[in-house]
Parts: sequence; structure tokens; C-alpha cells
Amino acid sequence: MKLLTAERIRLLVPSMSLAVLLVAVFWLQPRTMSYTGLNLLFNLAVPIALATVAQMLIMMVNDLDLSMGTFVSFVACVTATWVQTDPLIGFAILAACIGVYALIGALIYLRNLPSIVVTLGMSFVWGGLAVLLLPAPGGVAPDWIRAIMTVKPPFAPMAIVASIGIALVAHWLVMRSSLGVVLRGVGGNERTVERAGWSVLRARATAYALAGFFAVLAGMCLVGLTTSADANIALRYTLLSIAGVILGGGEFVGGRVSPIGAVIGALTLTLAASLLSFLKISPDWQIGAQGAILIIVLAVRLLLNRSEARGTGQ
Amino acid sequence: MKHSLVLGSLVLALMSGSAMADTSGKKIALSNNYAGNSWRQAMLQSWDKVTKPAVESGVVAAADAFTTAENQATEQAAQIQNLILQGYDAIVINAASPTAINGAVKEACDAGIIVVSFDGIVTEPCAWRIAVDFAGMGKSEIDYLKEALPNGGKLLEIRGLAGVFVDDEISKGIHAGVAENPQFEIVGSVHGDWAQDVAQKAVAGILPSLPADIVAVVTQGGDGYGAAQAFAAAGRPTPTIIMGNRQDELAWWKEQKDANGYKTMSVSIAPGVSTLAFWVAQQILDGKEVPKDLIVPFLRIDQETLEANLASTPVGGVANVEYSQEDAIKVIEGK
Repeated sequence: MKLLTAERIRLLVPSMSLAVLLVAVFWLQPRTMSYTGLNLLFNLAVPIALATVAQMLIMMVNDLDLSMGTFVSFVACVTATWVQTDPLIGFAILAACIGVYALIGALIYLRNLPSIVVTLGMSFVWGGLAVLLLPAPGGVAPDWIRAIMTVKPPFAPMAIVASIGIALVAHWLVMRSSLGVVLRGVGGNERTVERAGWSVLRARATAYALAGFFAVLAGMCLVGLTTSADANIALRYTLLSIAGVILGGGEFVGGRVSPIGAVIGALTLTLAASLLSFLKISPDWQIGAQGAILIIVLAVRLLLNRSEARGTGQ
Repeated sequence: MKHSLVLGSLVLALMSGSAMADTSGKKIALSNNYAGNSWRQAMLQSWDKVTKPAVESGVVAAADAFTTAENQATEQAAQIQNLILQGYDAIVINAASPTAINGAVKEACDAGIIVVSFDGIVTEPCAWRIAVDFAGMGKSEIDYLKEALPNGGKLLEIRGLAGVFVDDEISKGIHAGVAENPQFEIVGSVHGDWAQDVAQKAVAGILPSLPADIVAVVTQGGDGYGAAQAFAAAGRPTPTIIMGNRQDELAWWKEQKDANGYKTMSVSIAPGVSTLAFWVAQQILDGKEVPKDLIVPFLRIDQETLEANLASTPVGGVANVEYSQEDAIKVIEGK
């Protein structure tokens, strides 16, 4: 077996950047090197990781979801209101949301629409629904979600266990299951998949539905952490999730994605913000510094890819 | 962790070599969600101005200000969790959302950290709240007019930004005041969005449809100067316009006062409320019994105090006041 497969090289850069950042954070703030410390450092990365996996599933079929942030916000509002008071209706709404995602996927394929335009439009729909549901911030997280998100497993904190779990499930789904192969095939070469007798329509709808499912999980986890919702709670997730996928070794086209990388990318983004905060960098510079970290990681990846290409060319 | 804290305070106490408050080893952080307008800038400057001497004189060990870059609740929640990890003893918060950072606030409380929220308050019960009584502020305008215009009359109301909680509250207070004083009647209402240019356009638009005998304009701040301009442009006599502590409003008032003895009052919240929150946090760290809900006093400017306030307000800024430890103790004791 080859030690350095393309998949592993793809994972190398994100893992190394996470490790470097983690060492820097530990060095700056030794308090983080504890059970509670790691949990505080990473627990808000769990919903981001789920949203990143959702975004990755969309990017896998060469689309982009610009409604991720507003959708997760809407789910958070539903979770803090309906799921808490009338679980049956609440879950029905969430299931319907996943259905809507599948429909969007089908519509984009059937009408040959640009996904960016459709999802941008949907972002206003989700945002509007969230404001209708919770005109003022409020709602209460259902006790059981709160209990799940604050659980204290032995050995490793919830944030770490959850991140590893999400990475493994997503990895199995995308890289190991036959469904994942077809979905990646749609991103890689749609026509080939179609000629092989698979329904591209069904594949795309499935990819979107799966993305909707992970985004719903993200919203629910987020409410479990924050204890209540706000119609604008997760607006950052749109860009964070895209950045997480790219940082984790994914690409915008070609069905080239890495589920484990996406989770690592989400953790890295969260950690980068903490590092800047521990360094006491002025907020005016923080966005710029975050961008700089992104650029450095991507530059390193580009260099590695080049050397890899040169290696195989010989 | 505890040991290093105790050691730290011991070292500090030895270094200064004198008796000091019990909080000399304590670190306080400000978690601020937004810095993009003049009020917030003044708020941060006030924090700096008051906390620097407090740190230098050893009242507290540190008082660092942190502002999130994107004014997002999830970002602020992460920031608060980082502050917990940095070992602060108290976190003073101006929150992006009253509810969406409750989880992080709870984490802080569970870690034994004192959390004091102000202006943008949080609903998590373990935190202290220094709230602004916006309804009371609206009502105080009618209370002033009751004295100034005993005969009552018709009022024009300028509201703030539609759909924002603050606008609703101030307006509610104004209407409650009018309900109690039937000699007044609100004959028109426009949204001025707390901005002079918007208020001027809105008032100019509604003026032709209003009766000539408007006696006063009730406002929410940032809109009084625009209203005055609209009345002047329409060739109408200037009614009593309540001002909102902005420099341009105060300057216009001063000009009118010197020219024709114009009388009004001005009321708003001082950005220096951040320093009140700082002292409240310090008092709690010091072991004082402090009620969970405190009310910020308004900063009110009257005919007599106009000149002094105008002189101390920078052009384009907001009249401000910084609070001292004694002021905070007074607020805590409800005086």
C-alpha cells in the first residue's frame, strides 16, 4: 500500500496547520491544555464543523450554498421554539426543511440554474422565516439538546469526541459508501455518471438533502450551546463553512473534497480566532490576520500540490 | 490555576507595599460586540480613560477591552470562552444578543467568573445586568414638558429606527406619559432613525399636514437638530424640541438660547456607562452584595448645565460622563 496517497497528502496541510496553531495556543495559554480548556476552545467549533460538512456536500457536486448561515439560524430558531414546546411539529418542520433542500437541489439541476443565485435567494427566505419565528431574540433550548452539548464524557471533552465523530461519519458517508462514490462522481464528471446509468437528478437531490440534514444538526447543536436563539445567530457560518472546506483540502470543483479535512478546517478557523485573541491583537487587525492565516495555509497547499504534480510527472 | 492567582495577587500586593482593596489581583475584561459608531467609540474611550488609572493605582490588576470584529453572537460567545481561558476574574459585556451568548455566559459563571452586562444586556440569570430604562427616558420628556408647558398642547413625536427594541421602549414611555397628562396630545409621528438628515426630511414631509399650534417635539436623540432645521425651513415658529445630547443639538440649543432665551432639555444615555459596569464588577469582586438588576441613570442636560456639557463634548460626538467608584456604589445602593 502506498503510504502517501493523494487523499492523505490532501489531509496533511490542514492537520499540520491545526497542530501548529494548537501548539501556539497551548504555549500562549497553558490553561487551555486541560479537559475544560479544550472544551471551551472547541465547543463552538462543533456546529461550525457540521455546517462545514454540509457545505462540503454541496461543493462536492460543484455547487455553493450561500444560504448556509441563514438556514442554520432558522433551524436554531425552530429548535429553540417549536422543538422545545411541540417536538412533533418541530421535527416535522425540520424534516420539511431537509425536503426543501432536496427540492432546491433538484430545481438547480432541472432548470440548470446557478446554485449561487438560488441559494442567495433562499438565504432571504430563511432569514425572513427566522425573523417571523423569533422577531426578538429568545426561545429556550430543549433540555435534552442542552444535556447532549454539555455532556462530560470520560478521557476527552465533548467538543473533541463530537468532532471526531462528525469526521468519521462524514468520511464513511462520502469516501467509503457507494452513495458517496456516485455523489463525488457527479462533481467530477456528471455525464459519465449519467451514462453509467445513475440518475444525476436523484444524486443531486440526495446531496442537497444530506447537506440540509447536517445543517439542521448544526443549528440544533448551536442552540444546545447558546441555550437560546436569535434570528441572526449564525450568519457567519456561510463564509466560515466555505473557508473551512477549502482550508480542509477541498476544492470548488471536481468533487474533490475531504470530510475529515473539512472538520479539521472548521477547528482550525476557530482556533485561529482564539490564537489572535490570546495574542491580544487589536480587533481592527483580527479579520486581516485571520485572512492572512488562510492565505498562508492555502499557499503551503499550493506549493505541496505543485511538488506532488512534479513528483508524479517524473 | 488558583495557586497562581493567589501568588499573583500576593506579588502585586508586595510590589506596591501598601494596603489596598481586595481586588488588586483581579483581572477584568470588557467584551464588546461592536465599535462602529461614535457612541461605541466614546464608550471604549471612556473605558480606557477610567480603567487605566484604576490599573495603575492597583485597584485591579488588569482591565483589557476586547471587541469582536463582526458584531455576531457566535463570535462573541467564542470570545467570552477565550476570556474564560485567559483567566479573567470578571467579564463586562456589551452583548450582540440578549440571549444568544447565554451559553458562554453560563460557562463563565460556572468557572467562577463574575459577568456584568450593560447596554446590550444578557438574560442568563447568573449574570448582572445594568439596564437602560428607555421607557423611563421617554416618560421623563413628558415630565419636563408638563413643567415647562403647563397649558399642554399638541406634540410631534420623532421615533427612532422602526422595529428596534429601543425605539419601541422610548415611544412606549412617551405615550404612557401623554396618557397620564391629557393636556398633551400627539398629533403626528415620524421615524427619524436617530439621524439628523433622516429626521429633517421626515419632519419636513409631515409638517404641512400638521396644525400650526405644535408646542413641542418629543424625540429619541440624534434627531432634534434635524427637526429644528425642518421647522425653520417651513417658516414655522420653533416649538420646544427635546434634544438628545448630540453635539450639534447642544450647539444649536446654545445658539438659540443666546439669541432668544430658547428653553428645552436634553436626555440620553452616556457612553461612559461602560465605566459604571467596570466599577460594578469591581465592587462585586470586592465582595459587595449587588442586586442582579441595576438601572443606569440617564444623562440629562438642562438650561443651566448646557454650557458646561457643550464645552466638554467633542464636535460630532455625544455628551458623556464617566462614572467613579462612588457613583457605582450609589447606583448599587439604589440612590
